[in-house]
Amino acid sequence: MIEVSIYRYNPETDKFPYMQKFEFTPPEREIMVLELLTLLKEEDPTLSFRRSCREGVCGSDGMSINGKNSLACITPLSDVLQKNKIDLRPLPGLPVIRDLVVDMTEFYNQYEKIKPFLQNDQPHPEKERLQSPEERSKLDGLYECILCACCSTSCPSFWWNPDKFVGPAALLQAYRFIADTRDTRTEERLESISDPFSVYRCHGIMNCVNVCPKGLNPNKAIGEIKKTLLLRKESGNELIAKSGGT
Amino acid sequence: MKVLNSKNIKKMDFDALIIGGGGSGLRASLELAKSGLNTAVVSKVFPTRSHTVSAQGGITCAIQSADPNDDWKWHMFDTVKGSDYIGDQDAIEYMCAEGPKAVFELEHMGLPFSRTESGRIYQRPFGGQSKDFGKGGQAARTCAAADRTGHALLHTLYQNNVKEGTNFFNEWFAVDLVTNQNGEITGVIAFSVETGEVSYLRSEATVLATGGAGRIYASTTNALINTGDGLGMSLRAGFPAQDMEMWQFHPTGIHGAGSLVTEGCRGEGGYLVNGDGERFMERYAPNAKDLAGRDVVARSMVLEIIEGRGCGPNKDHVHLKLDHLGEDVLNSKLPGICELSKTFAGVDPVYKPIPVVPTCHYMMGGAPTNIHGQVFHQTNGTEAPIQGLFSVGEAACVSVHGANRLGGNSLLDLVVFGRAAGKHINEDLKSGGGVAYANEDDIDKSLERLNCLNESSEGYEVGEVKRELQDVMQKYFGVFRRGEFMEKGTKMLVDIREKTNNLYLKDKSESFNTNRVEALELQNLLEVAEATAISALERTESRGAHARDDYPERDDKNWLCHSLYDPSQKKLKKRDVNFKPQTMEPFPPKVRAY
Repeated sequence: MIEVSIYRYNPETDKFPYMQKFEFTPPEREIMVLELLTLLKEEDPTLSFRRSCREGVCGSDGMSINGKNSLACITPLSDVLQKNKIDLRPLPGLPVIRDLVVDMTEFYNQYEKIKPFLQNDQPHPEKERLQSPEERSKLDGLYECILCACCSTSCPSFWWNPDKFVGPAALLQAYRFIADTRDTRTEERLESISDPFSVYRCHGIMNCVNVCPKGLNPNKAIGEIKKTLLLRKESGNELIAKSGGT
Repeated sequence: MKVLNSKNIKKMDFDALIIGGGGSGLRASLELAKSGLNTAVVSKVFPTRSHTVSAQGGITCAIQSADPNDDWKWHMFDTVKGSDYIGDQDAIEYMCAEGPKAVFELEHMGLPFSRTESGRIYQRPFGGQSKDFGKGGQAARTCAAADRTGHALLHTLYQNNVKEGTNFFNEWFAVDLVTNQNGEITGVIAFSVETGEVSYLRSEATVLATGGAGRIYASTTNALINTGDGLGMSLRAGFPAQDMEMWQFHPTGIHGAGSLVTEGCRGEGGYLVNGDGERFMERYAPNAKDLAGRDVVARSMVLEIIEGRGCGPNKDHVHLKLDHLGEDVLNSKLPGICELSKTFAGVDPVYKPIPVVPTCHYMMGGAPTNIHGQVFHQTNGTEAPIQGLFSVGEAACVSVHGANRLGGNSLLDLVVFGRAAGKHINEDLKSGGGVAYANEDDIDKSLERLNCLNESSEGYEVGEVKRELQDVMQKYFGVFRRGEFMEKGTKMLVDIREKTNNLYLKDKSESFNTNRVEALELQNLLEVAEATAISALERTESRGAHARDDYPERDDKNWLCHSLYDPSQKKLKKRDVNFKPQTMEPFPPKVRAY
């Protein structure tokens, strides 16, 4: 028997959110936290949460599990139980719609802001554009993001400025297009995030790296962006210095 | 709760409405958004949560990267043979010939394909692929982005829809089609899951891109959202479904969890072994071995298990051996599989084999369409398109997969026919096409299902009935089928229909009510399950994925045809297979050996 404590809030009936406790006897086989929720939902059909692929690739069921943002479908219950207790809450920092379901609008807005699509000003070749395996390997660790929001909603900078700080997930994608040899708008991409908030609110807290269920490293990508911005500034200054000298 | 009617719900108008935000829907919407039509995508999940994201191994297409002499006609031959000769040859020809264009477009859109040393798209071998019309040995024709091709494809399509400014109704659930007095489809009733607000989304063209319904089975590789919503809607509206007995069981689902392990594992050199450590596929398919058609491999595995040569304490699965490929190949070519295997089987494939078992994977059947995505129905023996209704992707049966789909052909199907439907709708609407208005009664009729659930004060629990349905399908309509068992299963479905008609919706609230969504999904599953059961029972032969031990032979005399399930009569009709490709001689039926 374990004790499951779940954040409950229905805007139509609850003035305030509350934690509801369930007593639960898990089956003998290993189950994931998502299955725990599914079984509890059979007892209480009003329990609301998102889920889709149930194998960690669609990014629907990010939530705070015993205080750590994770995907419920690939988190084994036995790994996270503490003294036979488990605590499930919605992802922090975003408005709660109901129970474990958060409003991800701010998160998606930041994603759209970085223009998450390839831009290439050259006419398309008849076949594919060529890219060497080395060039392609620069996208590894970037394109695999599933937009689950575990990283951005674990980031204190994103909690403070969800409208101005792009956040680790969208910055990872910003770098995915900067790093892509097929994209020709690198300069424009860099310029659009060169303000004091978009990238520079990242203070390297590293929560994003700790929670990413896909093992990605947004912090490293952000570091690369900052480095590129710095080099760009330096080379820009250099040009100014040169033109000033003549 | 207030009773919903045509006067108290919101109405919105569109040129084109795409139901479903997976690969086929997003490819269609992209085409339409670019053409300037007022297009909206209605998706019950945020689009990148759609099941296309789970596709792993790749998209099969003769782009002549791995082999400069590759030919789309060889791909066509393989697909026709794979379909056990009931795939429509005009549609297969179109898919294989248009394929390269559609794949290069994806690359131009930014899809991060894996690459060869010369910088071209990487292609790997997949099951059922050959060179030179089956005479030249194994081909390598499946274009891949590591083993995350579906993820890469879906995200790329979503990104390009963002670029083109497509309207998205994300987390909106489509309930039923609205049919006007002329029998034309004029859009759908849908509601926002977040707010519960119900609307009539009126449209000149409605595209069902709702994917498969693998959740009719207890064990499936499919996402929890694969509940056949589009097919449920069209069956309830009285329209037929084609080849519904044809369900693909993927050879390698992880034992217990059901998660997919790509055929690309065997393409890269992995193979199956039984409890005696024997590479048993050599006995069943001496030439293609582990890369025979999926139906052939799945049946061989089940036979090994039935005959007592399974693995594990219960001898109820076989092993997929990959360790001989080495850590480097596994990490670079199959990184997602290593991750899934560790999570769901507790096994690192670098050292140990993955326990696998055939698992429901893909619905070859669906709404019968032509290559433009137009859905057809038969009245008094003549065929006509249903005005305003289109279908693409797994929800549709165009039919390129016939009785058995080849690996890598589903992603190609999505983009080729999503694109084709988009182009057709654009041309049609710009040349004056469209549908008449629906009246109030028409709209009210499509609100009945929702009203009935909202008013329920007692009845059956959603979770319980769903499990019952899935168990019946798993038990009586699995890899091997037999008339007497299927009759029993079909009778049980009659009782289950009674229950799905009388579900109790305990949660009546408006905001993010997943109880309501799951109840509506269950009713869709039942429609699909019933169509499957009756079609399977009535097709008295074995062909492709439909294997009956009471009719073990293929019967071309009686069954070289599509089955067409008519929901109003609950009976099966026959429909001719197309043997008329446009540019070449058709491939005549032959004995299918690998």
